[in-house]
Amino acid sequence: MAGTTGDAGTRRDFLYVASGAMGAVGVAAVAWPLIDQMNPSAAALALGTSEIDIASIQPGQQVVFKHRGLPLFVRRRTPAEIASANAVDVNSLPDPLARNAALPDNTLATDASRAVKPEWLVLIGVCTHLGCTPAVSTPQQPQGEYGGWLCNCHGSAYDTSGRIRKGPAPSNLPVPAYTFMSDTRIKVG
Amino acid sequence: MSGPSTYNPKSGIEKWIDSRLPLPRLMHDTISTFPTPRNLNIWYIFGGILTFCLAVQIVTGIVLAMHYVASTNLAFNSVEAIMRDVNYGWLIRYVHANGASMFFLAVYIHMFRGLYYGSYKAPRELIWIIGVLIYLLMTATAFFGYVLPWGQMSFWGATVITNMFSAVPVVGQAIATWLWGDFAVGEATLNRFFSLHYLLPFIIAGVVGLHIWALHVPGNNNPLGIDVKSPQDTLPFHPYYTVKDAFYLVCFVTLFAGFVFYAPNFLGHPDNYQPANPLVTPPEIVPEWYLLPFYAMLRAVPDKLLGVIVMVGAIITLVFIPWLDTSRVRSCRFRPLMKQFFWAFAIVCVILGYCGAQSVEATAFGIPLVWVARIATLYYFAYFWLIMPIAGLIETPKKLPASIAQSVLGDSAAKPAE
Repeated sequence: MAGTTGDAGTRRDFLYVASGAMGAVGVAAVAWPLIDQMNPSAAALALGTSEIDIASIQPGQQVVFKHRGLPLFVRRRTPAEIASANAVDVNSLPDPLARNAALPDNTLATDASRAVKPEWLVLIGVCTHLGCTPAVSTPQQPQGEYGGWLCNCHGSAYDTSGRIRKGPAPSNLPVPAYTFMSDTRIKVG
Repeated sequence: MSGPSTYNPKSGIEKWIDSRLPLPRLMHDTISTFPTPRNLNIWYIFGGILTFCLAVQIVTGIVLAMHYVASTNLAFNSVEAIMRDVNYGWLIRYVHANGASMFFLAVYIHMFRGLYYGSYKAPRELIWIIGVLIYLLMTATAFFGYVLPWGQMSFWGATVITNMFSAVPVVGQAIATWLWGDFAVGEATLNRFFSLHYLLPFIIAGVVGLHIWALHVPGNNNPLGIDVKSPQDTLPFHPYYTVKDAFYLVCFVTLFAGFVFYAPNFLGHPDNYQPANPLVTPPEIVPEWYLLPFYAMLRAVPDKLLGVIVMVGAIITLVFIPWLDTSRVRSCRFRPLMKQFFWAFAIVCVILGYCGAQSVEATAFGIPLVWVARIATLYYFAYFWLIMPIAGLIETPKKLPASIAQSVLGDSAAKPAE
């Protein structure tokens, strides 16, 4: 056959491999838009910030707001709750990291690195196990053993700093980036 | 579908069609004359019943899709409109919702039948594996369907199931986001679930075709688990099994109608009549009854990734059964040891289902159910990965009958079948 180059293969082999490779590139190029269309659309990505009025929240009370489609916990903690959050040895926690969007990833989960002002705890209220909204614990209606939250779906218990203490959830409830605009207003996101 | 055809076209038009598209030949060989073991018992009726269930779900589903609106603001109310306003909408929706439960009831009996009589053993491995694939497609379809009414259980069920993908190391969260089309379950999620819920039943129908095709190569297994040796061991599928299947189908439909007309919400959860609220998780969330055993396994493991692995592993394990069973004998009828382990396994599955339905911290007789579920999960896996291979090696099976005909008709079977 014309173009034979010995054991190194023929031009026909080259054409065969080259067309196969181009075919694979073509399939991938067609497949990618069909896969990527399922990712969040531009509208979903265009997430705003939320301004929240926290004036009406009483000590010991939690109010749930909606932020970027997710529940946002704003809890005004009592001195006892703050004290119990501070009384924990960070290194003994199942998840020792702060999970605070405003702080570096390796920050330790001290209560100070989870709350801008000790009285106010702001958290994304999504259980880090499978996404349920954990139920808040109050002295009247305790939820779990740690005074914070209990996820009724699969039994994950969080403390008064929103840190995971028991159950299948792998990490602490995340803290979003937020700032105090005044004593009674916060801006989240 | 396979083997020599017995179709004999008589009229000119039949011959004309047969030489161009041998569809009548296919139907004739598959349904009419297909030689079927003469000793099939009541547990062999569910293949036909399952085909019926699939047809019911597709027909009622197509009709429901004419009235349903896949939008987070409208979905719940459109389902209510189906129940109140659409002519016979209540009937069609209750048939569809209970039809899913009936479908799973039948498929579970069908699967346990296969387990008991060793229907997965050579040469029927592919029938079994295709069956596992059908089961997986059914669970996916049922899950998508359960999300559509956009009630509280719909929303939180969707949240929990899709969050399982976030357990995958490194890329988990990206996969979950990709599934949602957002950063939480929402509008995009509902729309794509509706699209997939409409698509998958037709895929199931195609795979059912493969299941039946694969079945028609070696033919049916039977309660004795021995091969068909002569024509006296079999009967033509029609009229013998068409009539039998039709009779039991009527019985099955009676049960089905009992649910639809007298207890249409018995198998559902009342919380799904509350519109979805992304800010409040119901105090107890449970899946539909047919997924409870797997849900119990998920909750039995106190680690996110391991829990998901165990749950998925429980289904994937089924694929390997044909090679985990080392016994030379198919049917448990002749396996005194395996028969006991089988019934223990069936009871364990029911116990797992019970555990999955209770709250996280529930107890029974003072024992935390989570520990009951842990032991039951252990048995589930041990049954396939330890008991099945070992029992097949150490057990002495009972003596097998010489043939199906001899077993059914006695020693007079030597004479030609009537």
